[in-house]
Amino acid sequence: MANEMRVLLEHADQIDPTKVDEYIKLGGYQGLAKARKMGPKDLIQEVRESGLRGRGGAGFNAGMKWSFVPQAAPVKYVVCNLDEGEPGTYKDRIICEKNAQALLEGMAICGVAIGSKQGYIYCRGEYPSVVDLLKKAITSAKANGILEDFDIEVRMGAGAYVCGEETALIESIEGHRGEPRFKPPFPGVEGLWQAPTVVNNVETFACLPYILTKGAKWFAGIGAAKYPGTKVVTLTGDVVNRTWFEVPTDMTLREVIFDLGGGVRGGKKFKAVQVGGTSGAFIPEHQLDNPIDFDSMGAIGAALGSGAFLVLDETRDIVDVVARIAKFFEHESCGKCNPCREGTYRCREIMDRLNSGRGSENDMDNLSVLSRVMQKAALCGLGQAAPIPIDSTLRHFRNEYMRKVL
Amino acid sequence: MASTKDIVAAYRDKDGGIIEAYHAIQREFNYLPREAVTEAARVFGISEAQAYGVATFYSYLSVESRGRYIIRMCESAPCHIAGADEVIKALESQLGIKVGETTADGKFTLELTECVGQCQATPVVTVNSEPIFDVTPQQIPEILARFK
Repeated sequence: MANEMRVLLEHADQIDPTKVDEYIKLGGYQGLAKARKMGPKDLIQEVRESGLRGRGGAGFNAGMKWSFVPQAAPVKYVVCNLDEGEPGTYKDRIICEKNAQALLEGMAICGVAIGSKQGYIYCRGEYPSVVDLLKKAITSAKANGILEDFDIEVRMGAGAYVCGEETALIESIEGHRGEPRFKPPFPGVEGLWQAPTVVNNVETFACLPYILTKGAKWFAGIGAAKYPGTKVVTLTGDVVNRTWFEVPTDMTLREVIFDLGGGVRGGKKFKAVQVGGTSGAFIPEHQLDNPIDFDSMGAIGAALGSGAFLVLDETRDIVDVVARIAKFFEHESCGKCNPCREGTYRCREIMDRLNSGRGSENDMDNLSVLSRVMQKAALCGLGQAAPIPIDSTLRHFRNEYMRKVL
Repeated sequence: MASTKDIVAAYRDKDGGIIEAYHAIQREFNYLPREAVTEAARVFGISEAQAYGVATFYSYLSVESRGRYIIRMCESAPCHIAGADEVIKALESQLGIKVGETTADGKFTLELTECVGQCQATPVVTVNSEPIFDVTPQQIPEILARFK
């Protein structure tokens, strides 16, 4: 029987996350003190050696990302991505609601590493209560003096999924439409207001205090060797325990869904799980013994992404769910690049046709071609990932489509 | 009620503060009146077209007048399979309006939204961003009655 492993959420509901004193009593901000003693070079090396990889979805080594920032630049920014728009995901909200000070400490540690005095937290517009909570947490930390001259400002988004893409997020902080930029230059070199900027996810930042206090070796030894640490996952859909868990990254899909999640609700059989949010692949039963870490998921054509698990029981209509997802992407495409703007429109149009029983096998073939084009040609992750639910279900659940075209 | 001019002025010195200013205006008016967009363009030194472009990019901002209570029904996949379609139908029939419309008394606006990040208790409806959990069609009359 697999068990949770709580690091970021060890003291969930035992402290008031807005109050710096309660966090300090539990050993909080010792990681920041250690980071200051180490200095930027050793600090970045320590984070690299911990193997910490981005928890937002791209899985890039955090220390490596920081090392791209030119130390000599006069102004640099630390930006926290709290725009978790992936449907079925709410782990960053949970981390803030349970342990907001760890996020602030993590951002300050990053500030020491890259030599930045200013941080921004970009919080999605759907979470006004989290914005209030974070502002209180920052006020408390600033009043204590523990952040020294590092400032953090909270900015609120306004309902745009694409702003989870780091350059779109930067555009939005600058007060523009949230359209992704062409890369390169990457934000580490030219980001917010043209200054070098590190953008990391809430969960990535929140790992840092623990890496610093307990050591890179300790962190690297947890979970999967190439994607170490814990991951906060959220379970939704036809699962008994619809809630969040913090798990080591070498746990299997089956352990998450059946040991922690309690299995499928109502005594029904399992049909599929979509992991990583609405842009993730649908995974069939025979792949459930796969570990959840980034590389193991990549090996089966899926992604851990945000760590959301949408469980579907045997009665669910896969084509109907995927048609709904296609409408999501049509709505959320920002329209900047043609493969995504036109592609998400056509995906939705064809999926609607198939879902209503008016489609053909030719439609299915066209979707496969369209999927390949979008994955290769779209400007940002939104357009590249949009066809993955379609592509993965055409592969694993083709009979469900065939049932609707016959 | 503060004027749109005063509200926008409070964000004048904030870099990229136009979206924060728009949020502040919506907290007062629940939408962005035309003169607020014009004023924001002037204060932040961008064209009116650009200010309008920002106002219409984000789904939580609206340049159309909205009711006192904005009801948003989540229709993302977890809420979809939990029965969101039935809840939308109940909301439409109870309110006597379609999605995107506002009741004649200016009280309720009904919108669809994508995931609001409260997926532990689907389907989810929000009223002025406050989430209501595990909503069933039968509960809709009682939920609406809470908002005077």
